[in-house]
Amino acid sequence: MDMMKRVPIAEQAPEERAKNFKEVCLGYTEEEARAEASRCLNCKNPRCVAGCPVSINIPAFLQQVIAGQEAKAAGIIAESSALPAVCGRVCPQETQCEGVCIRGIKGEPVAIGKLERYVADWAREHKLEPENHSEKNGQRVAVIGAGPAGLTCAGDLAKLGYEVKIFEALHEPGGVLVYGIPEFRLPKDTVVAHEVENVKKLGVEIETNTIVGKSVSVDDLLDKEGYDAVFIGSGAGLPMFMHIPGETASGVFSANEFLTRNNLMKAFREDYDTPIFAGKRAIVVGGGNVAMDAARTALRLGAETHIVYRRSEAELPARAEEVHHAKEEGVIFDLLTNPVEILQDENGWVRGVRVIHMELGEPDQSGRRRPVEIPGSEEEIPADTVIMALGTSPNPLLSSTTEGLETNRKGCLIADEKNGQTTREGVFAGGDAVIGAATVILAMGAGKQAARGIDEYLRSKRA
Amino acid sequence: MYKILKKKKLAEQIWLMDVEAPRVAAKCLPGEFLIVKIDRYGERIPLTICDYDREKGTVLIVFQVVGASSYRMAELNEGDFFEDVVGPLGCPSELTKKTPEELRKMNILFVAGGVGTAPVYPQVKWLKEQGVTADVVQGAKNKDLVILEDEMRAVCGDHLYITTDDGSYGFHGLVTAKVEELVEKEGKHYDLCVAIGPMIMMKFVALLTKKLGIPTVASMNPIMVDGTGMCGACRLIVGDEVKFACVDGPEFDAHKIDFDQAMKRARMYASEEGREYLREKEGKTHHGGCGNCGGQQ
Ligand SMILES: Cc1cc2nc3c(=O)[nH]c(=O)nc-3n(C[C@H](O)[C@H](O)[C@H](O)COP(=O)(O)OP(=O)(O)OC[C@H]3O[C@@H](n4cnc5c(N)ncnc54)[C@H](O)[C@@H]3O)c2cc1C
Ligand SMILES: Cc1cc2nc3c(=O)[nH]c(=O)nc-3n(C[C@H](O)[C@H](O)[C@H](O)COP(=O)(O)OP(=O)(O)OC[C@H]3O[C@@H](n4cnc5c(N)ncnc54)[C@H](O)[C@@H]3O)c2cc1C
Ligand code: SF4
Ligand code: SF4
Ligand code: FES
Repeated sequence: MDMMKRVPIAEQAPEERAKNFKEVCLGYTEEEARAEASRCLNCKNPRCVAGCPVSINIPAFLQQVIAGQEAKAAGIIAESSALPAVCGRVCPQETQCEGVCIRGIKGEPVAIGKLERYVADWAREHKLEPENHSEKNGQRVAVIGAGPAGLTCAGDLAKLGYEVKIFEALHEPGGVLVYGIPEFRLPKDTVVAHEVENVKKLGVEIETNTIVGKSVSVDDLLDKEGYDAVFIGSGAGLPMFMHIPGETASGVFSANEFLTRNNLMKAFREDYDTPIFAGKRAIVVGGGNVAMDAARTALRLGAETHIVYRRSEAELPARAEEVHHAKEEGVIFDLLTNPVEILQDENGWVRGVRVIHMELGEPDQSGRRRPVEIPGSEEEIPADTVIMALGTSPNPLLSSTTEGLETNRKGCLIADEKNGQTTREGVFAGGDAVIGAATVILAMGAGKQAARGIDEYLRSKRA
Repeated sequence: MYKILKKKKLAEQIWLMDVEAPRVAAKCLPGEFLIVKIDRYGERIPLTICDYDREKGTVLIVFQVVGASSYRMAELNEGDFFEDVVGPLGCPSELTKKTPEELRKMNILFVAGGVGTAPVYPQVKWLKEQGVTADVVQGAKNKDLVILEDEMRAVCGDHLYITTDDGSYGFHGLVTAKVEELVEKEGKHYDLCVAIGPMIMMKFVALLTKKLGIPTVASMNPIMVDGTGMCGACRLIVGDEVKFACVDGPEFDAHKIDFDQAMKRARMYASEEGREYLREKEGKTHHGGCGNCGGQQ
């Protein structure tokens, strides 16, 4: 075995997976996992651990994999993370744990994410259950939002003896994990539902269909319902549009709508009622991970799918692996192209997009070369659907209904990085609601920090 | 789970239900709506809150069977459950922000069309409680489709004007004709008009009141998914701005709404949903052949 190279992992063939919603990556077998884990140098000063926002003791769990002690490996991961089967699948490992792995200096870094997934899947298949031996301390915390930030914060607080209840606006817990990230990257009924169940097994209660700010206010929770502190993990769910003519035509969707219909409402399945329309030719505007997810979903629903992005391939903000998978499956990339108008037919349906071609000019503040329009390069391209994947921002509902809760210019809640304390006493926050659309693992890291912050705050009140 | 305590047929294809939903009942105000989902397979269906009982923790909904989901809803009975009910959603009616003194100085006209009568009722009732009697023009296709007449009369008395398209009851003609008559023949003066009903009706009411110089709000019911501002499905053009009906509305200045665009968008799922409806209705016996619905795939 070449110790510089990763043990390859099985995937569904591109032609096959482009027609179904089953998971793309099939995971390591026991032998493969052991071989890959044995590439770890068990560093004294493991840089990978510092690269993980929740500080999983990576070399320790890898040693247990090598020893064939998966249950022990799972126990080590569980000390730091409540959602390992999720993170192992969707973390941008190349910029986190794996990005700083010593193995990566000369060869390929250890496949930490894939091994974390292997252990988490093993634990699920072997019905390993999380345990919580803490004693109740009599204080209660309300958590708003059942996304990665809220679930992590709630789980950690339950382990510290708090009585915790999560209030979730949608009918299902999980946040972006259930409504945004597609089934073929993150299976819902097996992986997500199971990890949410595990959080509940720690003693956390989840009340769905409750929108804090509408169904109940933060003040009600603190004053009337007897909670001693509140954590806000409400995410950044508000979709942006381009504000170009024709954007309200039928057949124009935000990526959030398109993905919600398909993931949360399961429109791709015949036995669910919610409809979806991908058409024969779908155009996805944007170049990030959300754009890749929307494009690969439209493709699976049978549309010829194009990504329209105004910069070049080098500037695509999506993870390299996602771009690679999208290309393999047949998504077509129309780069250096920007929509200027959405064209409608007489019934108000999308019939195409007028685009303008771009070239790269001088670098802007972000250091990326700025795209500039090429005069006279406009053309019309046909389409039945247009999906806008331009980014999202936090929903103003909580800040506008909670006295003393302040936001910055971008609408993000202001909160202390170290402990999640907001501008209102007893109210903490973390995740996308604070830093804007980011990643699962950063949201979890923030949930953890806030759990510690809340514990400190409530301890001082107890004393 | 949210229990259906009462079910009543108001007219052909129009049903009333009283549903247990304590959190919604505790907080809701006139003008707001909720979302129900029948079971795990169901769609999220937005419906106006037509009445509420804070003590019993119940809310009243009135709905019309128009497609697959409302058809499935009508099959539920007293004692059955909705798997999900969430709310209240949207902004309460602007009227709820005024003081009783301010309200008493106003002449208010409601124009209700079809099942839109249901959401008008709580607003008229609420005004009555503030000591204000509003005028109500309530339109239906024919006599059999007139709903909630007794309830409405109880809160506005002889200020209720019923119209039917075919003249089988009340005034013969469209609601707009009645409004025109009230203002131009009877010399009524209104400071505000609230129109709730089919989009096409609201469009023509808005055109008329613009001509008559009456400020008007319309309650919009575009396609929705989450109802919390997350998906953008419900976006409308109001003035030069794009608004999300679920968080910025559902009530908007009717003179600024682009109704034509909104009506085109509302048809978006008509064909797809129509198929679902046929499949639903004819169940396993439907094996295609009609050429329209794709049959049992
Ligand atoms: C399509 C898509 C793909 C992505 N892919 C990846 C990926 O591959 N890897 C990765 O690391 N990250 C990815 N992300 C980003 C990642 O999912 C988010 O950064 C992460 O989920 C943020 O977690 P959170 O807990 O802060 O918020 P969310 O996951 O957004 O959860 C917030 C929850 O709060 C609820 N809520 C909101 N307001 C209220 C309220 N007022 N009352 C009650 N509940 C409320 C919401 O319904 C939601 O369930 C992706 C995002 C999208 C949209
Ligand atoms: C804020 C709001 C409040 C509402 N309040 C009520 C209410 O109190 N009572 C009531 O009966 N209905 C109300 N509606 C409309 C109701 O949600 C729709 O009738 C329902 O979603 C249709 O579902 P369906 O599957 O049975 O019909 P579908 O199969 O979806 O549609 C059948 C036909 O109805 C049209 N349609 C689809 N969705 C809507 C819609 N949202 N509004 C109007 N037409 C639509 C379609 O174009 C199609 O032609 C409200 C909608 C909104 C957004
Ligand atoms: S949680 Fe994410 S960053 Fe941490 S070890 Fe796992 S894959 Fe790496
Ligand atoms: S940095 Fe890489 S080689 Fe070192 S302990 Fe971490 S995973 Fe193993
Ligand atoms: S219904 Fe999704 S944003 Fe309004």
